[in-house]
Amino acid sequence: MFIPIPAMHIPDGFLNVPVAVVGWALIVVVIGFALRQTRNQLGERQIPLMGILAAFIFAAQMINFPVAGGTSGHLIGGMLAAVLLGPWAAVLVMTSVVAVQALLFQDGGLLVLGFNIFNMGIVSVFVGYAAYDWIRKALNNTRTAQLVGAAVGAWLGVLAAAIAASLELAVSGTSPLEVVLPAMVGVHILIGIGEALITVAAVAFIQQTRPDLTGAAAAVEARGSTWIAVGLVLALVVVLVSPLANPNPDGLERVAEDHGFIEAAEDPPYEVIPDYQAPFIEDEALATIVAGVIGVVIVAAVGWGVSRLSGRSAAHDEPTSAQGP
Amino acid sequence: MSAAFHDRYHAGDSPLHRLDPRVKLATALALILGTVLLPERAWPAYPLLWALIGSLAAIGGLGAWHVARMGGLALPFALAAVTLLFTTPGPPVAQVAGFTVTSAGLARFLAILLKSWLAVQAALLLSMTTHFADLLWALESLHVPGTLVAIIGVMYRYLFTLKEEAERLIRARAARSATAPDQKAGGGVVWRAQVAGGMIGNLFLRSYERSERVYAAMLSRGYDGRLRKLDPPPLTWRAVMLGGVPGGGVDRHPRPGRAVVELTREPPYHRG
Amino acid sequence: MSHHTIEVDNLTFRYPDGQLALDGVSLHVAPNEKVALVGPNGSGKSTLLLHLNGVLRAENGAIRIGGLPLNGDNLGQIRAWVGLVFQNPDDQLFSPRVYQDVAFGPLHLGLPEAEVQARVARALAAVGMQDYAGRTSFHLSMGEKKRIALATVLSMDPKILVLDEPSAGLDPRARRNLIALLQSLAQQTMLISTHDMRLAHELCARTVVLDGGRVVAEGPTADILGDAALMERHGLEAPY
Repeated sequence: MFIPIPAMHIPDGFLNVPVAVVGWALIVVVIGFALRQTRNQLGERQIPLMGILAAFIFAAQMINFPVAGGTSGHLIGGMLAAVLLGPWAAVLVMTSVVAVQALLFQDGGLLVLGFNIFNMGIVSVFVGYAAYDWIRKALNNTRTAQLVGAAVGAWLGVLAAAIAASLELAVSGTSPLEVVLPAMVGVHILIGIGEALITVAAVAFIQQTRPDLTGAAAAVEARGSTWIAVGLVLALVVVLVSPLANPNPDGLERVAEDHGFIEAAEDPPYEVIPDYQAPFIEDEALATIVAGVIGVVIVAAVGWGVSRLSGRSAAHDEPTSAQGP
Repeated sequence: MSAAFHDRYHAGDSPLHRLDPRVKLATALALILGTVLLPERAWPAYPLLWALIGSLAAIGGLGAWHVARMGGLALPFALAAVTLLFTTPGPPVAQVAGFTVTSAGLARFLAILLKSWLAVQAALLLSMTTHFADLLWALESLHVPGTLVAIIGVMYRYLFTLKEEAERLIRARAARSATAPDQKAGGGVVWRAQVAGGMIGNLFLRSYERSERVYAAMLSRGYDGRLRKLDPPPLTWRAVMLGGVPGGGVDRHPRPGRAVVELTREPPYHRG
Repeated sequence: MSHHTIEVDNLTFRYPDGQLALDGVSLHVAPNEKVALVGPNGSGKSTLLLHLNGVLRAENGAIRIGGLPLNGDNLGQIRAWVGLVFQNPDDQLFSPRVYQDVAFGPLHLGLPEAEVQARVARALAAVGMQDYAGRTSFHLSMGEKKRIALATVLSMDPKILVLDEPSAGLDPRARRNLIALLQSLAQQTMLISTHDMRLAHELCARTVVLDGGRVVAEGPTADILGDAALMERHGLEAPY
């Protein structure tokens, strides 16, 4: 039995269509950058390495450990992938994992796949990696510093993904924010601890057996990622704060009451925004999301530009011969 | 645990199986979109949609009831929406544990459950009648970047190989997880997480080394980083209407891609 | 000049971790000759094979394939001539479906689609797996995977086949079928690395013994396998 992780794979029906579309718009941009970045870093090895490590993350998620009371914890994997491969490659690995879970196993919906990839493959990776990178550099990049960074990063990454999922559910009107946010955060504070423990143990094992894989290699790839993480966190905060800052928190409910729900069934099928949400709230929420999206895109563009300018010298040349078996 | 991770593809030769995967993917997405866009209280629409999905399941030889039961896969997630029952303002209909369930809340909650149930079934129809390799080129024709599709292709190829490696590791752990009488077994949570993390580290190294060998195997067959593949067959109305059976009368100049598709479709798929 | 020759002269290779894997190996294989390469684990057999189409590049020594020196300019040509079959077919079969794997080499040769398909069909027929094109390689048996791994290089129409442990992991019947299959491939020069002395005996007139990265013996297979002291010294076992 796994700990149920309701935040992690949102099924279809739980997000409304405009929100789902925003998710797709976000990931198209980020995945485009990620493909370009990993192409520069890994060259021809990009496809076999990313593909097999995506399968690895999937298999590693099966390796669970008993926690207490018949529940068990298991890896989610975004932080581990980011420590081992750098954030851009981790984005692609986690994107593949989440996409295959939806396409092959119906774990998470297809229409909402955009946001599922965004939460688990982008938010958790970049937030986690930024924390990891900052901590290990502040602590002189020793092995212990890497482990501390990985622990904090894994925990924060899971938490950030949960917060993102809560916001998406709240904006879609599936659950009131004041209910879903504390519930999700509460559960994921615990799940994040499991993620941190298991990520640290895996990184420590690899440090001992193949120190070359956890060392300086990933450091080169970090360029621009801190900015993206900052942008993502800012976007999360903006969306998080604006509904809470609504001067009339009961407004939504009162308006819904006034309108009633009787007319809902008579709405034309192209009416995409459910009636229960007051138009101004819906617009505001969407507007803040759109603002967040624009912020992320700008930050991503800046990060990408920075990495382009400085990356040409840093991108390591792929040698003509492969590493030996 | 592993029951959840079986490829859902059911071999078959139904019209649904033969339908061009691009058409199937687009149809599944359209079905899901339509389901999610349904107005909340359009109650007659739900059974109609289910009738459509159930008929498709029957045409695909999957069994309408079987697919309907599997449609409940995502229902545990409904926990996330359950508070709508109480927080949505409206006329009260019941009291549960001191909380008032409103009719509006009940309607909204039920609508989410039904939409989720129908959407999962639509996705199941796609993955149960479409081999994943076919789904991959359908994705590419929907403009998913080729590199990403190639990565997912390699992932799919090694998914079950690495899953079996993980299962062997888990079995090896279980075989040595003995308990002694009067002893607290299993150590602390941190220790157990460390064991699992070590297994994951081990699996990572094996996977990483495998990726190097696979890369060598690709290089030795002339791989230079560029993606080269055979073009999928053209999407014709005839193929759509007749369930995508390639070849025969209408096209006087069949494209070379077709032969490959024939090659791939003819042998019955079965697990070795 | 025949395209079918392998000439390896004084090849030395060190892995990045400093381990010396090949220590001045020289080896010549004539057109259409079939040579067995035997030796204990870690003797450098696989490392040597990976050099023959330039997956690994030695620091010292020279390799000529079909008279052409192996260098950056000729790499593409030599990879087309030398079909390298890896020990573990799960490493060689990396595509979702069998036909995609068999088509991979011809596609990267830049052949037109019709030719690619003809070659896929021919290669699968040559290994008796023509009904497997649409299958997923994960679900196949070891023997089936080994045959398809062979087809993935036969589709490139190679002049030389380099096989790493072709019979490892096969049950007796699959092994017997594989030996018969290799016997049927008369067109190609073959270099076969193996622990299977009976396979060496049946397929190869000549055997080369590698140990510690050096060629320690070579000669007619019957003589090598008959030399109990030599076999014992290099961790090998005579088949009879």
